Amino acid sequence: MPRLSYRKALNRALADELARDEEVFLLGEDIRVAASNVTAGLLKRFGPERVRDTPLSEQAFTSFATGAALAGARPVVEFQIPSLLFLVFEQIVNHAHKFPLMTGGQCAVPVTYLVPGSGSRTGWAGQHSDHPYSLFAHVGVTTVVPATPADAYGLLVSAIRCDDPVVVFAPAGAMEVRADVDVASLQPVPLGRGVVRRPGDDVTVVAVGHLVHDALAVADDLADQVSVEVFDPRTLYPFDWDGLLASVSRTGRLVVVDDSNRSCGIAGEVIATVVERVRLDAPPRRVTRPDGAVLPFAPALDRAVQPGREHLRSAIQHVMKDG
Amino acid sequence: MTDPVRLYRTVRLIRRFEERAIELVRSGHVVGGIHPYLGQEGVAAGVCAALRPGDVVAGTHRGHGHVLAKGADPARMMAELCGRATGLNRGRGGSMHAADFAVGVLGANAIVGAGGAIVTGAVWARRRRGEDLVGVSFLGDGAVNEGMLLEAFNLAALWQVPVLFVCENNGYATTMPVAGAVAGSITGRAEAFGIPASVVDGQDPEAVRAATAAAVARMRAAGGPEFLEARTYRFDAHHTFEHAVRLDYRPPEEVARGRSRDPVDIAGSRLPPDRRAEVDASVEAELDAAVAFALAGPEPDPAGALEHLYASGLTARAGGG
Ligand SMILES: Cc1ncc(C[n+]2csc(CCOP(=O)(O)OP(=O)(O)O)c2C)c(N)n1
Repeated sequence: MPRLSYRKALNRALADELARDEEVFLLGEDIRVAASNVTAGLLKRFGPERVRDTPLSEQAFTSFATGAALAGARPVVEFQIPSLLFLVFEQIVNHAHKFPLMTGGQCAVPVTYLVPGSGSRTGWAGQHSDHPYSLFAHVGVTTVVPATPADAYGLLVSAIRCDDPVVVFAPAGAMEVRADVDVASLQPVPLGRGVVRRPGDDVTVVAVGHLVHDALAVADDLADQVSVEVFDPRTLYPFDWDGLLASVSRTGRLVVVDDSNRSCGIAGEVIATVVERVRLDAPPRRVTRPDGAVLPFAPALDRAVQPGREHLRSAIQHVMKDG
Repeated sequence: MTDPVRLYRTVRLIRRFEERAIELVRSGHVVGGIHPYLGQEGVAAGVCAALRPGDVVAGTHRGHGHVLAKGADPARMMAELCGRATGLNRGRGGSMHAADFAVGVLGANAIVGAGGAIVTGAVWARRRRGEDLVGVSFLGDGAVNEGMLLEAFNLAALWQVPVLFVCENNGYATTMPVAGAVAGSITGRAEAFGIPASVVDGQDPEAVRAATAAAVARMRAAGGPEFLEARTYRFDAHHTFEHAVRLDYRPPEEVARGRSRDPVDIAGSRLPPDRRAEVDASVEAELDAAVAFALAGPEPDPAGALEHLYASGLTARAGGG
């Protein structure tokens, strides 16, 4: 079977949607030459009206996309680095997200914000290594973080077809992932539906984005001691609470691993919701970046701030012991 | 094609709408107050008189005049200010978000400088589909210092999108005078992006209409944006909260001078007195009906407070225990 890379899956999703719907168009910095490689080949196939290079004007092109969406288009905005979302948070949250409610349902704003390479790209340091998905989940913007190539394809397609704004975070740590995938079998993946990546009986590990692969590796390592179930939510907002609660109700234990800051992060929300609904056999744990973390430059420091396999392993061992 | 009666009627309608709305603020029916447009009516009326029904506009926090001049129903607009289910936005928007997509109003917008890029994107997308339209972004003198608006100038000029940026220079951003806020000139900002810019007397609705018509004709022919600075004056408070607090930032002589050039009188002087009286009476009747309609409207059901949040039909998780 052909090996499909995560990056190529994103590229294929964009191509398929551009071909399917005339109203889809792409805009972003250096997308004509595909600096991120995600838009490779699309200019040649679809032309400069549909694959539009923008000046360095993140706030204006983000709101330009809002306006285009109000007029019936389906823009996909590519952001070169995740911290640009801080720059356009106002435009997404205060305008794109709020317009349908504030107008009493007179409009829809179907914009997709695509962030290829979110999180640490080792050595890019403080201003290029954030992973701000929890912010969008907090305000209620549909937020997806695919872990696998098939999901990268399927979630991006669904995001583009969704009538609401959707932020698609493609973690840097997942961009090089490859999988044996029959390209003809690629399908839209519904937003808001999680998946059990590995069934288990003793503890549910909720892992976000590229950390799904770490969680699977740790689960394999521990297989002779603990039976770990790995739950990949895929969409952080809306979250698949039913899917997660079904898993935790069986295992009775919970660990969340999430590569964003601890305070007010998605991991805290997952734990809060589970303990509201399920009596656990042991106190839950979360493995995250520290509170208010800024990624330091030196590779060893960068790694020290991110949740790693060792932290996850020890968190799993703790909840097993505590229970 | 100038129609002095229609122009006067719009100016008068906005004036009396605002005065009735202020009464409703005082009586507690409009919660949250409003940013009165009193004194600036000639700008919205003149600009929108030069537009076609299919053209789109984006307003500001001081947005009632823009919405009314573009043709929204005053009764549904008043109902919106009163937070009723019968309002333009079903009671979800209020004064600062009043929108009527059916008449090309993409909404008043409470964030200073926010409309420019939005209307540029909307016009671009519809023209790409072959529709022939132009857009107008209303903005205040305060907005010309917002970075995103300057980014929007660049995109509109670079991509040749026919958007008229109308700066209503009323001399103040809240309490900050233009002289204390704007380095260089207002029109110079547009000219820096190669956008043709002109200045018009905003107190004369006919002058505004003519300047807009000329700019729109150039935009329809050439494609790109234009900029119009309308010199105007805000007769009343920045916001009705000022009626309760005393802010001292405008010399009384200046206010008196500003009020002496009233767009209602300037437009009204172009009509025979009996015609003017007829228009006044019909506006009054329309607003009596609007207020009655607004106050009779049901309040929205609190159970649906987050209805319309998601166009896709997603529903929000409840916040209660
Ligand atoms: C980006 C932003 N900054 C500040 C405010 C608060 N604010 C609301 S209206 C206003 C003044 C705007 O002045 P101007 O653009 O001249 O318009 P005017 O009020 O004179 O019509 C300010 C500062 C805001 N709504 N948005």
